[in-house]
Amino acid sequence: MDVIGHYNYWVSIVLMMAGFYMVIASANLVKKLVGLNVFQTAVFLLYITMSKVSVPDCAIDCGTAPIFKEGFTVYSNPLPSVLILTAIVVSVSTTAVALAIIVRIKEAYGSVEEDEMLRRDGE
Amino acid sequence: MISLHLPALQVVVPLISAPLCVLLRRGFGAWLLATVIAWTAFAISLALLAQVLSDGALSYKMGGWAAPWGIEYRIDRLNAFMLVIVAGIGALVMPCAYHSVAREIAPERQHLFYAAFMLALTGLLGIVITGDVFNLYVFLEITSLASYTLVALGADRRALRASFQYLVLGTIGATFILIGIGLLYMVTGTLNMADLAARIPALQELRPVRAAFAFIVVGAGLKLALFPLHLWLPNAYTYAPSVVSAFLAATATKVGVYVLMRFIFTVFGARFAFEMMPLGEILMVLGLLAVMVGSLVAVFQTNVKRMLAYSSIAQIGYMALGISFASVNGLVAGIVHLFNHAAMKGALFLALACVFYRLGSVELDAMRGLGRRMPLTMATFVAAGMSLVGVPLTVGFISKWYLVVAAIESGLWPVAVIVLVASLLALVYIWRVVEVAYFREPDGDAPEVTEAPAAMLVPTMALAAACIYFGIDTELTVGVATEAALSLLEGGP
Repeated sequence: MDVIGHYNYWVSIVLMMAGFYMVIASANLVKKLVGLNVFQTAVFLLYITMSKVSVPDCAIDCGTAPIFKEGFTVYSNPLPSVLILTAIVVSVSTTAVALAIIVRIKEAYGSVEEDEMLRRDGE
Repeated sequence: MISLHLPALQVVVPLISAPLCVLLRRGFGAWLLATVIAWTAFAISLALLAQVLSDGALSYKMGGWAAPWGIEYRIDRLNAFMLVIVAGIGALVMPCAYHSVAREIAPERQHLFYAAFMLALTGLLGIVITGDVFNLYVFLEITSLASYTLVALGADRRALRASFQYLVLGTIGATFILIGIGLLYMVTGTLNMADLAARIPALQELRPVRAAFAFIVVGAGLKLALFPLHLWLPNAYTYAPSVVSAFLAATATKVGVYVLMRFIFTVFGARFAFEMMPLGEILMVLGLLAVMVGSLVAVFQTNVKRMLAYSSIAQIGYMALGISFASVNGLVAGIVHLFNHAAMKGALFLALACVFYRLGSVELDAMRGLGRRMPLTMATFVAAGMSLVGVPLTVGFISKWYLVVAAIESGLWPVAVIVLVASLLALVYIWRVVEVAYFREPDGDAPEVTEAPAAMLVPTMALAAACIYFGIDTELTVGVATEAALSLLEGGP
């Protein structure tokens, strides 16, 4: 199994799990949100990695941006980058909405700790 | 000319109305615009359904770009039917919204409420109409972000907590779907559903395809609140403003079920999902657990909105169960129940919106003797509640009938028995409300209340009437569902 060749995928999975763990394990809402962001970023990396094209007898970088010019023969797929641009916009909006909710939670509860909020609601 | 572009207008019209609502800056103006737009969207969806029923599936090239490269909107019987459900509920909820929102939301936020509502409607319609998996993800996030905002507008501060929880779980669900779509693109090089359906059979031994399937099923499961991924749902529905609960309960989870069906049957194909992957067994076990646990927990709730939220989890279990049989009758049960549950939960939550409008509470204790003080509202509640139980001559009976028939066809008697037992549990929790409302005397100091305003009552009663009408005349619902089920099982869109 090619471990080094899949370096980016390994990083992506490690980030994904680290982010996921943060979402589950931390009681602080801002930390949860940071975890969620790391989790989403890992997916961006996954998309960008899969668009990269490389050919066996080639130095490190083979697939280039799709430029119509001599010397550029192997192109990487630009579509996943475009897709992930959209996903980044979605992620930024999600973060904005989440932060807005956190601000209002802080105003309403005086805390952004989950257990503290539960205690103040008497649950 | 316009009729050619109906598929695009279905999404674009409500989308454009959202910023206009913000610009109007006045609650009443925004409400009027949103209502007109919601009814326009409903009219468009009916026109599309009529077109699909007479000419077969439609394909619309967004922006004139041909299918595998451009985004294709593909409308067959299943999604034309779903469009009518979503747009119809939106159109019926809007007239109620005016009074209910005026009571529950501060005046300076009302126009923003309608803007978010229109965005949620846009997203739901977009998810249903599109034939492109990435486009589906984007619409899913549009509708989710709008729903988080709508839930957070609830008056209780716990609405904020519920909204944040919904946001975290919803985002994880959507990101899982995104991972699944990425893995599929990796091996197939396409995002168009029809194209994917054509390429996956040759690649179904590959691990990325299987991983994609798992990610998408779990992601969609989070969105549709399939047990045990339902944790966000009870709080979100309990603390959201009344009309938002009605709208989300009737549409958002149904669209989640639609997404699951679309991926299982159209994109991956029934053979892959049920023969190579153990999806049938998983959905059956989770569906049965949802039905039993949801109904049991509902019985012990004292807040009626929360009771209905748990009941929704149980009802979603019925739909998952219908899918799990992978037979025509099972799918018909699932698809018909999508419609039926939208009608009855819409009616029940809108009746609660009327109760909240007058009483300011939906606690069981506060509803003592309400049957005499708000007779029409409570009669509507009872009619829709009976439908939830599955009494004959209501829509609930039709979906349970098909479900039991499908269970018996597959030789699974215990499943049929569990469905019937859960119906009795539904009778128990609906009866608790009936008993309090009709057979208890109100407290001496209970406020005098009268019937809710007609603008709220009429749509509520219309939905309850639909629960009974479609329980007697099943030609449209079962007819469309049967043809949709047949085409889903054949595979391909």
